[in-house]
Amino acid sequence: MTASVPKPLSDDVSVAFQGVSKCFAASGESGAFTALNNVDLNVGRGSITGIIGRSGAGKSTLIRLVNGLEKPSSGKVLVDGVDVGALDEAGLRNLRRSVGMIFQHFNLLSSRTVFGNVALPLEIAGIDRRAIEARVRPLLDLVGLADKHARYPAELSGGQKQRIGIARALATEPKLLLSDEATSALDPETTQSILELLKRINAELGLTVLLITHEMEVVKAVTSDVAVIDKGEIVERGHTFDVFTHPRHETTRALLSGLPGSKLPDAVARGLKPAPSVGDRAVVRLTFFGATAERPLVSQLIKSVGAEVNIIAGTIDEIGGKPYGSLVVAYAADAETSGRAERFFTENGLVTEVLGYVA
Amino acid sequence: MSPDLPLLIAKATFDTLRMVAIAGLIGSLIGLPIGIFLATSGKGELFPAPNINRLVGLIVNATRSTPFIILVVAIIPFTRLVTGTSIGTKAAIVPLTIATIPFFARLVEAAIRDIDKGLIEAARAMGATPTQIVFKVLLAEARPALTLALTMTIVSLIGYSAMVGAVGGGGLGDLGIRYGYQRFRPDVMLIVVIVLIVLVQLVQSAGDRLARRFDKRSRKN
Repeated sequence: MTASVPKPLSDDVSVAFQGVSKCFAASGESGAFTALNNVDLNVGRGSITGIIGRSGAGKSTLIRLVNGLEKPSSGKVLVDGVDVGALDEAGLRNLRRSVGMIFQHFNLLSSRTVFGNVALPLEIAGIDRRAIEARVRPLLDLVGLADKHARYPAELSGGQKQRIGIARALATEPKLLLSDEATSALDPETTQSILELLKRINAELGLTVLLITHEMEVVKAVTSDVAVIDKGEIVERGHTFDVFTHPRHETTRALLSGLPGSKLPDAVARGLKPAPSVGDRAVVRLTFFGATAERPLVSQLIKSVGAEVNIIAGTIDEIGGKPYGSLVVAYAADAETSGRAERFFTENGLVTEVLGYVA
Repeated sequence: MSPDLPLLIAKATFDTLRMVAIAGLIGSLIGLPIGIFLATSGKGELFPAPNINRLVGLIVNATRSTPFIILVVAIIPFTRLVTGTSIGTKAAIVPLTIATIPFFARLVEAAIRDIDKGLIEAARAMGATPTQIVFKVLLAEARPALTLALTMTIVSLIGYSAMVGAVGGGGLGDLGIRYGYQRFRPDVMLIVVIVLIVLVQLVQSAGDRLARRFDKRSRKN
């Protein structure tokens, strides 16, 4: 697809990346560095879209293009149909007042109270004191920190700081919220509560959320759509459920393998061989979802295969509100057993992946 | 002579305080914007003007590396132009102010550069103008550091003001040189030194206390 021909924008797109590339001119002789290469991506209005990738994959650059903190080297970034790259400084400031952003390290002003921090974007927008008061109070209620309004950020926990960050980002009533690794500095429990808050805001305020993260847990917990970025390119995208259940790209698989229940025990992972020898056992990942998730698959599997089946790892979870399970099993790798197993998998519509063989 | 001594010391202390106060006030009022400029006008910063930034930096360095006593003499024509005289307390205020400006400017620059870049990014993401970022973010966040910078500047000024005594600037330094040194009065010298020590202590502890009050980064507040 050519970057020069803009696709018609349908009404339900909040942010559109069209053939976006970004190069940084490197200082010295090392040459330019390409952070993003011809990225096409639509962020649906009202969605929680996640962009996941390893550090250095280009996701930070990508999210900064949306509010013009970075400018694309080529291609276009459209926010509600407006070309961000074509805006002048005043236009950019206007756009930024309609796009909230939260950060990994919260970026709260230590010199201001909780109230003062949430009030800052309103002061910047030139809103008068009384209106600020009327706007900040309900926001502090929304994030559950009304009683902390006179405290300073240093007196708050990480999770509380991020709640303030969220309240601040919502102060100017944006239609779009950008989340830059917002939970990466938080412990798992706090991460969950912040993600719950984002979900609630998305549902109650109809806010579109674009978040970047390196954690599959985050994508799994809140997003409806996901794009996987690797070395500056989008390698896979789709509804989160589909990407999780049918990962096509190797980067996606690698990122998914870190999830609990997907990860093989070290002893098994170490002994894994690409091809079987006599007497070896096959290690197979079964993915089941929807109706299959509710059937007594394990007992049927053991009956059908008619041999010992070991369960090595497994998880039952929900992605985008749909039940989803992943089970890693091992059984004898001889032709007969394997044949029976494969027949069973096909009959039951299970997605399988042979991970390798162990002695 | 002896009955006059307390009076002499009181007068000299008053002269020193006057020089330090006026030079400190004017010097820091001019030094502050220069420091802000130095901290925000580099390449890719809020008010990018890298060439002027380098030029101002050069002038600041040149002024700072000139020994104060040489500066005092070197700018006598300018001092005469401003105050009509080149000796006395009033005249001493001019070189003291000139020396304060780059000193304070560099401290301001350091205080502002010390602020987390994430805060500037957050403010930009809110749609703040560069001027709003300076006043609502940088100066607000740097207030404890700026207070300490001003304290350090005043302490240095007290030291410099003792030096202008050598060129007839009046104040405690002048008293120490004329009575303590030239008239062999170690008791006067001792008193002068003690008064200077007390002044510095008072300024420093007041500055520390104020900076602590402004600093909301620790949980104690």
